[in-house]
Amino acid sequence: MSGYLLRRIVYGALILLGVNLFTFFLFFTVNTPDDMARLNLGGKRVTQQAVEKWKVERGYDKPLYFNDKAQGSAQVTDTIFWERSVSLFALKFGRADSESAGDIGHEVAGRMWVSLQMALPLFILQVIASTAFALLLVMFRHSRLDFWGVVSCVLMLSISSLFYIIVGQYLFSRVLKLAPISGYAPGLDAIKFLVLPIGLSLLARIGGEARLFRAMFLEEISKDYVRTARAKGLAEQVVLFRHVLRNALIPIITSAGGYLPYVFMGSLVFENFFGLPGLGAYVIEAIGKQDFAIVRTMVFLGSLLYIATFVLIDLAYTWADPRVRLG
Amino acid sequence: MPKFVLLWTDVSMWLLMAAVLAYVRFILVRPNLRTNWRKVFIDAPALCSSLVLVLCLLVTLLDSLHYRPLLPPAPGVANAPAAYDPRTRSVLDAGLWRLVESREATYSRPLSYVGFTKESIEVDGVVQRVAPRLKFGGAHLKDPATQWLPDIARLVATGLATGAVLAAVLSLAFLAVLARAQRRPLADCARDVWQQQTQVPWRAALGMLWLLALLGGAAAALAGPYHLMGTDTTGNDVLYQSLKSIRTAFVIGTLATVATLPLAVVLGIMAGYFKGWVDEVIQYVYTVLSSVPNVLLIAACVLMVQVFLDKNPELFETGAERADLKLFLLCVVLGLTGWAGLCRLLRGESLKLRELEYVQAANAFGVSHTRIMLRHIFPNVAHLMLIVTVLEFSALILYEAVLSYVGVGVDPSMNSFGGMINTARGEMSRDPVVWWSFASAFGFMVALVLAANLFADGVRDAFDPRARTFRVRLAPKKARGA
Repeated sequence: MSGYLLRRIVYGALILLGVNLFTFFLFFTVNTPDDMARLNLGGKRVTQQAVEKWKVERGYDKPLYFNDKAQGSAQVTDTIFWERSVSLFALKFGRADSESAGDIGHEVAGRMWVSLQMALPLFILQVIASTAFALLLVMFRHSRLDFWGVVSCVLMLSISSLFYIIVGQYLFSRVLKLAPISGYAPGLDAIKFLVLPIGLSLLARIGGEARLFRAMFLEEISKDYVRTARAKGLAEQVVLFRHVLRNALIPIITSAGGYLPYVFMGSLVFENFFGLPGLGAYVIEAIGKQDFAIVRTMVFLGSLLYIATFVLIDLAYTWADPRVRLG
Repeated sequence: MPKFVLLWTDVSMWLLMAAVLAYVRFILVRPNLRTNWRKVFIDAPALCSSLVLVLCLLVTLLDSLHYRPLLPPAPGVANAPAAYDPRTRSVLDAGLWRLVESREATYSRPLSYVGFTKESIEVDGVVQRVAPRLKFGGAHLKDPATQWLPDIARLVATGLATGAVLAAVLSLAFLAVLARAQRRPLADCARDVWQQQTQVPWRAALGMLWLLALLGGAAAALAGPYHLMGTDTTGNDVLYQSLKSIRTAFVIGTLATVATLPLAVVLGIMAGYFKGWVDEVIQYVYTVLSSVPNVLLIAACVLMVQVFLDKNPELFETGAERADLKLFLLCVVLGLTGWAGLCRLLRGESLKLRELEYVQAANAFGVSHTRIMLRHIFPNVAHLMLIVTVLEFSALILYEAVLSYVGVGVDPSMNSFGGMINTARGEMSRDPVVWWSFASAFGFMVALVLAANLFADGVRDAFDPRARTFRVRLAPKKARGA
């Protein structure tokens, strides 16, 4: 087990290194800091002095990989690559590119909790809701309920999440005035700001999920052990909940865990729309301001989350199915 | 003679069309492929949605022939060099030129004859706050208050009648072809179709045809003298924008999925076939790529594309060309960042295939690796490629909207569903609410995505023997009663 974890961590670090090299290549070699400065300062009529000043302020005036002017270890550490890429591993993110934005690390530390408040309940509720809906359909399989349930699933997954957001906000905030239109307050007050985005997010995803889970359950239900369970006289509910659900857990974990990182990062549209000051909104702001430093940092954090999630999924497998051995 | 403009996406779309036609020819000579495709069309939802998709494809292709019309020579200047309109037009624009030309001042409701916002207008010497008449929408009405409703009813009736005639002609032609192919009297054929005795659910397809023809007929009749879906903030016709958005969605859906194929197929098959260090390296690369959240990866790449376009303004002549190049590069970015999933799938399949007897036999005969991969592995994973491509199509159309919202999607000057939703966001918070842009984008997008999804389900069921999607079927009435 510990050997497995160690191997996963080493491989994860290797992948993070790859992500870093890739983003560094993309942001500093494909386009030079000069290009970024011009874009950020605006247009073609930017003087070379302004560009130089911009670069000095952000530390982009140093050599990319190797500083032959410095002495000793500073030859490697006093470079853009070290300061902007390697230091990410120590979670030192540096300052943002645009004038107004401050230290990225400080922002991330604050915004993380808002995102978590949105992401964690959403994830849990979503797994529960999709599983419950799918089980309901399976319980009444080949009935009208099943038919129209699946039809509505297909319809729901064909609608862009943006439609849910816009219609939901219009309906619940403007017409019915049940929830605030947007904004955020810390503490317990956060709940009333979070209810609507979480609910709509659930609605936007349940169609695809429930249909997938339904197929998984039906796959399980055609297996021999289910027939045996029924043959020994168990009620259908018991068969479904105790036997089928238990055995379908592995594919459910795979599919639900697969987008745990996306729940965290992927609710960015929802965060932005409802004015929640989370990481997702931060990313959208950064893209709008063309702040490359923030985008780079978030790419790094995103892949860190992704790798961590996959270790978690593997651990969850061993919990769901004792036959699975990690090693 | 107008000047033809070759845009990047136009060329790719037409090349793609050629490839699709070549594939259709290929299907016709391969019995096993033919059976599989037949299975797709036996599925009624897939057959009906393919009609919708073909219609959208038609719009896309018409909108993919661009030209700049020749301007009339300036008066009094002899032998002037030919001057072309700086605005690029497509054949679709030319067909819908009335909609482009009939530009109002600002918002107007669907089918309305007055503007949305009231203005101070002098009527009989008294200044009143009234909604002004539209310049084009319902301009032919003399006394709109009484004439409007009868006029709409008349237009709908003529439109429906035209649609019905068109549908009847098409259905009869189709039945005639079917009867000829089966060498039976037309009446017998028609009865079979009506009683659903045919293997392919022709009745459902003809029903869809009628629905589309009636809807299209009514819409076309109304879109003439009125703005069927209203106008947007600058007075442009919303229906026209929605039709133009179909092309953007279609281009992204197809080109971006096609762009994933080369890398995914080559690397996936290589990883599965060679195993060892090749496999390790390829696995590492796609794990790195897929470990970055997709939106961020695309955002990072698109920002770089923006810098690139900023740096090289000589690559395009007009704004339309710039927007198009951006769309093309967006598709490339989506392709280069989205191949990991398919690659993983193909690697797994190739790993299995390479152990099979016929591959080992080929190996023993000394067939080269390239040839084995080409002749023995590739044809056996091609169905996976097809399924993933079709499934990705609808996902990408939905994705485009999100990307445009985030600000890394298509150029704002280009019509797209994402752009329409983006502006609709502000319009929905107005009072009274401006809902028609949003509704129009919603309707067209849901129709397109739903059709794509249903078609993809049909393809998956037909081509993947192991995928058991468990389509819902209502049990027959008797069985349910028992």
